[in-house]
Amino acid sequence: MISRAAAPSTSTLASLSSRSLRAQGAAARSFATVQEAPPVKHYGGLRDQDRIFTNLYGHHSPDLKSSMKYGGDWHRTKDIVLKGDDWLISEIKASGLRGRGGAGFPSGLKYSFMNTKDWDKDPRPRYLVVNADEGEPGTCKDREIMRKDPHKLIEGCLVVGRSMNANAAYIYIRGEFYEEATVLQQAINEAYAAGYIGKNACGTGYDFDVYIHRGMGAYICGEETSLIESIEGKAGKPRLKPPFPAAVGLFGCPSTVTNVETVAVVPTIVRRGASWFSSFGRERNAGTKLFCISGHVNNPATVEEEMSISLRDLIEKHCGGVRGGWDNLLAVIPGGSSTPVIPKSVADNQLMDFDALKDSQSGLGTAAVIVMDKSTDIVRAISRLSTFYKHESCGQCTPCREGSKWTMQMMQRMETGNAREREIDMLQELTKQVEGHTICALGEAFAWPIQGLIRHFRPELEARIRQYEKEIGGAPFAGGWKPSSRAEGKLISPGM
Amino acid sequence: MASKLLPRASRLLRPISTPQYRSFSAAPQRLSDSLMVHRNKPDNNPTLPFKFTEQNLKVVDEILKRYPPQYKKGAVMPLLDLGQRQHGYTSISVMNEVARMLEMPPMRVYEVATFYTMYNREPVGKYFVQICTTTPCQLGGCGSDAIVKAINEHLGITPGHTTEDGIFTYIEVECLGACVNAPMVQINDDYYEDLTPESIKTLLTALKESATTGAPAPTPGPLSGRSTCENSAGLTNLREVPEWSPELLMRKDGALDGEAKQ
Repeated sequence: MISRAAAPSTSTLASLSSRSLRAQGAAARSFATVQEAPPVKHYGGLRDQDRIFTNLYGHHSPDLKSSMKYGGDWHRTKDIVLKGDDWLISEIKASGLRGRGGAGFPSGLKYSFMNTKDWDKDPRPRYLVVNADEGEPGTCKDREIMRKDPHKLIEGCLVVGRSMNANAAYIYIRGEFYEEATVLQQAINEAYAAGYIGKNACGTGYDFDVYIHRGMGAYICGEETSLIESIEGKAGKPRLKPPFPAAVGLFGCPSTVTNVETVAVVPTIVRRGASWFSSFGRERNAGTKLFCISGHVNNPATVEEEMSISLRDLIEKHCGGVRGGWDNLLAVIPGGSSTPVIPKSVADNQLMDFDALKDSQSGLGTAAVIVMDKSTDIVRAISRLSTFYKHESCGQCTPCREGSKWTMQMMQRMETGNAREREIDMLQELTKQVEGHTICALGEAFAWPIQGLIRHFRPELEARIRQYEKEIGGAPFAGGWKPSSRAEGKLISPGM
Repeated sequence: MASKLLPRASRLLRPISTPQYRSFSAAPQRLSDSLMVHRNKPDNNPTLPFKFTEQNLKVVDEILKRYPPQYKKGAVMPLLDLGQRQHGYTSISVMNEVARMLEMPPMRVYEVATFYTMYNREPVGKYFVQICTTTPCQLGGCGSDAIVKAINEHLGITPGHTTEDGIFTYIEVECLGACVNAPMVQINDDYYEDLTPESIKTLLTALKESATTGAPAPTPGPLSGRSTCENSAGLTNLREVPEWSPELLMRKDGALDGEAKQ
């Protein structure tokens, strides 16, 4: 029991708290009776005029004319492109934009890696690769961008491409999004016809092409190096880093892989100013974000909101609340399937941004909120995710290939309680050993949900095990063998 | 010692007709992670010729333009997809033809075709029903369990099989990325979302009718009446979208005016 062993005993806790109270009392006394505290700022309640994706609910068709009329796309793009790479990157840095694909790496910094010293002496072409392989369970934001605001994405490709001096952009769309790829291709054709991209894009003298590459159903291709492998026409197995894609990437050339949403917000940021974008959200978590709220809410929806909005506000304001009221909430997966689950007690006061969720031992990920009410079989929900990761592991690294199957089998036994209590610790230890020992982050992705489950719902797992013991009349052997197995001669080793 | 021997002795004593704990299915299961090897069959072997049609050859040229000339093999995925659309499934001949066109070793094409789950290396029915059962779909709406049950009842098959008339092939797949509209099903290229057990049955009936009589297939999208991903009880934001105006929505610091005046 890792967590319990680490907790201090009650006596030390008591002495600690009394001592610290006394110390505080002495230090905190002052003559002023009114304490000056910084004003509490509430986030959320984004106004419509500050929304970037104005066509999120299909108000108008995604064609060029409507996008320009209602979305302001391609307005003064020529001026933006002519500002040059340094200005663009400093603007993106100043806006505080962090990558929207899950890791939350500062985008300006990432793009600046492409413009190393003497980059212009390198004869190789340079690529921007847009990651639209949206496969994380719970996430469905990029799909809405591609099928409703495709011009924001294409303009973003040009602007971001200019900031890193790329020659072309490849947009990697997951294969299942056929309709989205069609809409996007039409938009690209329109943009070519209008002269916004292609040779002499927007009349700036800068050549920039945009291509679509459709994936064919592999979650792992959302990882940047495996996405590159996939465009190169190979099986999507992640590469070892370094070399990072900014040095050796797509087709052996410098390239940067970035999420659809990150790219699509950049033109608006540049048009309205970095300070406008950074005025939203808490410090270092700036901006607006698309949240996809699915699961047990009354009206699931995708919505653009301010970063750092409280989880409760988000659900109650935009999704009609949790089914059966907030008190019926059991747990929330706050950022797509690979982030650890948080229970109601944490969710009560949770702000939705990168740092706040990290402090709650979870993560913002792609901001895909999966809500679970009290009727949920939480063990089954997480076990289903384990099955997902087992299916999607590419099989390249042993810890992930074997570990994902092993954890899936254990989780499936945990569903019925067909396990021993020590197997919970074994599961925890197993996930800890996979974490960080794989080429890509899929190892973490399947380990974290299980760790979150054990962290917050261990009593539930134990209760199931006890219930099962009662049903079958004795503790099962490790591996899920029934107590009668020994008599039936099914056990292989004496230790079992 | 005796205690160590005892379990072994009991194992020796067990009856000879040991039950086998291995699942058995009469029909070949067609899971998305199906058999990774190719076995020659009368309708799928390398001696059967496959050629792209004239029209598709033009598409092939278009596709090849997207990749650098020395990296022609980047086009292997779109070409296999095109072949699958023409032939109905990715047979070994399709793979060989793509390998020939892209001057790749055939094994490199086989690697790709077996890695990605959307290449069907076995024939599928006219409608390829792929139901998402990952957690968000399992939880959302009425839950994918109810939908799976409804499809099982309606088609009379379990996931991984094709109906006898060859119209429907039905499999369970992983997250399809429409979680807000859960539960959902992908049929060929179309997403049908916000399902209920009744609406999926109506949908399958309509599709069967369209396969037999040629009636148009139902329009894809949410079947619950909402248009896309909005709150079904009414919009919470963006109730009206005014025309975009540069006076309101452009930066005022004049930073864009710098060098741009030409």
